Amino acid sequence: MVLHVTHANPNHVFRALADPTRRAIFEELTRQGEQTVHALTRYAGVSQPAVSKHLTVLKRAKLVRHRREGRETHYHAQPDALAPMVNWLDLYGAFWRERFDRLEDLLQRMEP
Amino acid sequence: MSTAAQSTRTLVVERVFPHPPEKLWRALTEGPLLAQWMMNNDFEPVPGRKFQFRNEPKPNWNGIVDGEVLVVEPMKRLSYNWAVGKSEDSPGLQWIVLWTLTPVEGGTHLRMEQSGFGPDQQANYNGAKYGWHKMFDSLERVLEESKANA
Repeated sequence: MVLHVTHANPNHVFRALADPTRRAIFEELTRQGEQTVHALTRYAGVSQPAVSKHLTVLKRAKLVRHRREGRETHYHAQPDALAPMVNWLDLYGAFWRERFDRLEDLLQRMEP
Repeated sequence: MSTAAQSTRTLVVERVFPHPPEKLWRALTEGPLLAQWMMNNDFEPVPGRKFQFRNEPKPNWNGIVDGEVLVVEPMKRLSYNWAVGKSEDSPGLQWIVLWTLTPVEGGTHLRMEQSGFGPDQQANYNGAKYGWHKMFDSLERVLEESKANA
């Protein structure tokens, strides 16, 4: 049924985006394109170590990627990594329709 | 026939069965009957009761759904939460499942509604500050924007 998806571990994606600050950082990267850690720190209004920690969680979920240029690290969004979340409705839709079919069979077999 | 009305936050599957509500209620709440169409379980229709549905393990999923009974209104409504991937350090991915039974001519209309809430919410879905709703709203927006920019 759910969760046999070949993307990043869906738990990582769900958990990464459950936090409002991380969600804001991810959305900002999606809107603005590539950003430095400094720019993201100004945007998020929390300390730079906190932003770096959030970025690590987003990286693990494959929602962002980074590249180094001189002293700066630049981050950009990978919106394709959202696929495990978008898929849950399709997966569960198929799951429940199959269960309804099995329920119908069972009801026919049951005593009235 | 069944229909699935889908939005990004709630999944609805409904169907009319040519059987009385009493019979559907038994199939929804009696463990041995549930096992025949849902999954192996230790379900009991008692509010607050914790239970599990068990499947074969799959990659990325141990096959277990952890549930807690929320609402029991015989022949009318049954609701439980539904958590996948629960462990000591994580509440897992959480949903609420609500079954509604309505008598109709010649049978019973059965509606299953599955709605999602954030992994941080546990059963505390009333004060859902960072709930799934908000989360899916922003995801929708992000997806639209990333499509527009592509």
